[in-house]
Amino acid sequence: MAKVIKLRKGLDINLKGKATKETASVECPGEYALCPDDFAGLKPKVVVKEGDAVKAGDALFVDKLHPEVCFVSPVSGVVSLVERGDRRKLLSVRVKCDMKFESKVFKTDGNVKALLMESGIFGMIRQRPYDTVANPDETPKAIHVSAFNSMPLAQDFEYALKGQEAEFQAGLSALAKIAPVRLGVSSKQTSKALLEAKDCDVYVFDGPAPAGNVGVQINHIDPINKGEVVWTLGAEEVIMLGRLVKTGKVDYTRTIALAGSEVKAPKYYKMKVGQKLSTLLAGQVSGSDVRIINGNPMTGIKTSADGFLAAHATEVTAIPEGANADEMLGWIMPRFSQFSTHRSYFSWLFGSKKEYVLDSRIKGGERHMIMSGEYDKVFPMDIYAGYLIKAIITGDIDRQEALGIYEVAPEDFAIAEFVCSSKLELQRIVREGLDILKKENA
Amino acid sequence: MRPHVQEGGKFHAFHSLYDGLETFAFVPNTTGSKGGVNIHDAIDSKRIMSFVVIALLPALFFGMYNVGYQNALAAGADMTDHLGMFLFGLAAVLPKIVVSYIVGLGIEFVVAQWKKEEIQEGFLVSGIIIPMIIPVNTPLWILALAVAFSVIFAKEIFGGTGMNIFNPALITRAFLFFSYPSAMTGDDTVWVAQEQICGLGHNVPEAFSAATPLGEAAVGNVIPCETICNSIIGLIPGSIGETSVIAIALGALLLLFTGIASWKTMLSVFVGGGLMGWLLEGVGGNQLEWWHHFVLGGFAFGAVFMATDPVTSARTECGKYIYGFLIGVVAVMVRVLNPGYPEGMMLAILLMNLFAPLVDYVFVQKNINMRAKRATKK
Repeated sequence: MAKVIKLRKGLDINLKGKATKETASVECPGEYALCPDDFAGLKPKVVVKEGDAVKAGDALFVDKLHPEVCFVSPVSGVVSLVERGDRRKLLSVRVKCDMKFESKVFKTDGNVKALLMESGIFGMIRQRPYDTVANPDETPKAIHVSAFNSMPLAQDFEYALKGQEAEFQAGLSALAKIAPVRLGVSSKQTSKALLEAKDCDVYVFDGPAPAGNVGVQINHIDPINKGEVVWTLGAEEVIMLGRLVKTGKVDYTRTIALAGSEVKAPKYYKMKVGQKLSTLLAGQVSGSDVRIINGNPMTGIKTSADGFLAAHATEVTAIPEGANADEMLGWIMPRFSQFSTHRSYFSWLFGSKKEYVLDSRIKGGERHMIMSGEYDKVFPMDIYAGYLIKAIITGDIDRQEALGIYEVAPEDFAIAEFVCSSKLELQRIVREGLDILKKENA
Repeated sequence: MRPHVQEGGKFHAFHSLYDGLETFAFVPNTTGSKGGVNIHDAIDSKRIMSFVVIALLPALFFGMYNVGYQNALAAGADMTDHLGMFLFGLAAVLPKIVVSYIVGLGIEFVVAQWKKEEIQEGFLVSGIIIPMIIPVNTPLWILALAVAFSVIFAKEIFGGTGMNIFNPALITRAFLFFSYPSAMTGDDTVWVAQEQICGLGHNVPEAFSAATPLGEAAVGNVIPCETICNSIIGLIPGSIGETSVIAIALGALLLLFTGIASWKTMLSVFVGGGLMGWLLEGVGGNQLEWWHHFVLGGFAFGAVFMATDPVTSARTECGKYIYGFLIGVVAVMVRVLNPGYPEGMMLAILLMNLFAPLVDYVFVQKNINMRAKRATKK
């Protein structure tokens, strides 16, 4: 039996609009886009021109520092646009789908790492420290995979896994050829494909969000020390790798949870990475004042119906924007519909069963850090989160190292950012801190 | 309205004032930025500060009543006119609250405008605590001076609420205490209001003086049992808001229930004070039993409302125990062993404000050492 690790700190936020467990299909015509911004720390170099014909698996852009790491087209078709922004920054490469879904065929009997880099799956791997695209020159001490996402409205991976157990196992086995693989499983998951997965160590986590964060799992399994490198890969990407190993073809199909209080019928959809969100959202979203999020409300990026499914997103959520809410005297009103961990509101009266509709307002002004201990309650690592944030704000790199910045990623601070009464943008602060640190250490 | 106060508008000089009033009336409609969490907890610092103010109200209202009560007692007047006593107290205390807020918030508004920041709510709490921890006869101009001093030199030069090292309300009191000692304790004439205000209350005969029970104890007088009972209810001379243990306990319940004040700090102050009181009682150092320290003077008020200030207290969870414990110890030590200062709470909290970062340092360094050790072990 796998080792059970119990976590006490954290917070489960019960939002309305969870996806029901049925899968529908969506039309998949039109344009697909791959955005370099989805891959933190990447310096992209475009290798196609507008008008080029590509197959699924053909590189659209590569890592400038490691040209062998390719970022590939999810579908076959014609490159329709190389979109650039200010100072010629590459925003996206778009491919007009030809609906034939032809894939480049890869040789699967060679070096796994080379296969990963060529097929684009390596680009999905992130590394700690820095939470960026992995550096292929380094050898990780382990590869961590989290088989569940504990954030509100997130995809239920156990459901997405159904029917793809063999591919998942094949993916794990392939990864095991690079480094020891460690799989983090939730205590609520029962699938044998997870609990009895081979070629990896299985660890069971029992506790509230963010227990599903791979960073939290690493911290409890085998914390990262200075100088060590760990790779992390999403569970669904492991399935993609399994498909590749089995068939020699790439298939970037995901089982996306479309969820949120503004979605009429929240459920699962099969979609490919980079697919236009309008194909998914047409007729599905009620109301006009809606925020579409690539990902879950805690870590996802705000986008619009014209956006594209982000590379790592396993769900698309729609919540009210709330920019015209004009709520009066918030500092004293009871505000029964609001969720708060704080006892000056009444959420504690309604228990954990009540589902909340939360809009995207910050609900307060940004202040200096005033309250103490707020972050620690929802930060299940042996790190002083408040002190680390202060070290990042003040740019004290030695202190950041000493306090454990190498172990964290922005997403680990998502719940702390939610509860912060000073409304500090913790994820942005951590992201910027990691970027500066990487530059300094380079 | 809004365009006029924005950058380049006609009334831009009042931008921070407008912003302060708008966010007071409405929850800000700003929505989360692109990269952060898309939903937020409803809690914000306005809500927290408002609840601290609410927690202070029982002690404040009782303090007003007690001002009238002491006045009537000194004048030997009718003791059944409770409403009259309260109104007299209101008339005596209200100007102090108004002065404290006008001076303090005025400076906050100017600084916010100058630094192009939003107004910080911290002074909402300080501004009401300050009138509660001074004697009723403190002249308003001295109060205004002290508030200005503490807001500027204890808070704004450090960067505002959240960055200050010392509790601004206590700095106000310390300023008064050391700059105008006669107006603060002096000849024991400061604790009871002695003149009629707008026809309310009574004129007290001249040469009247009333010492606080702590003052009595400091000069070696035995405190009668009756006084202890009165001090639990709060009917003793003292600073305006500090006298009633019952009213303070009501506030403490609200703060503890909402989690705004740390129970660790609060409990540790009482444990530290009780232990020190018990030790000193054992060696015969003073007239007071160990628990008398809790009900006399500003001990309870300080433990509940001032020691628990999250900004100036220890920020690590373990550190809170030590921080609180030492406040209790030092407060009782000053009270008993230093006859010059009957009350030690203010000095104890300010002293520990200074040492709070050191207490935290120990625990944070422990975490750092653990990490460093882990890295070198392999």
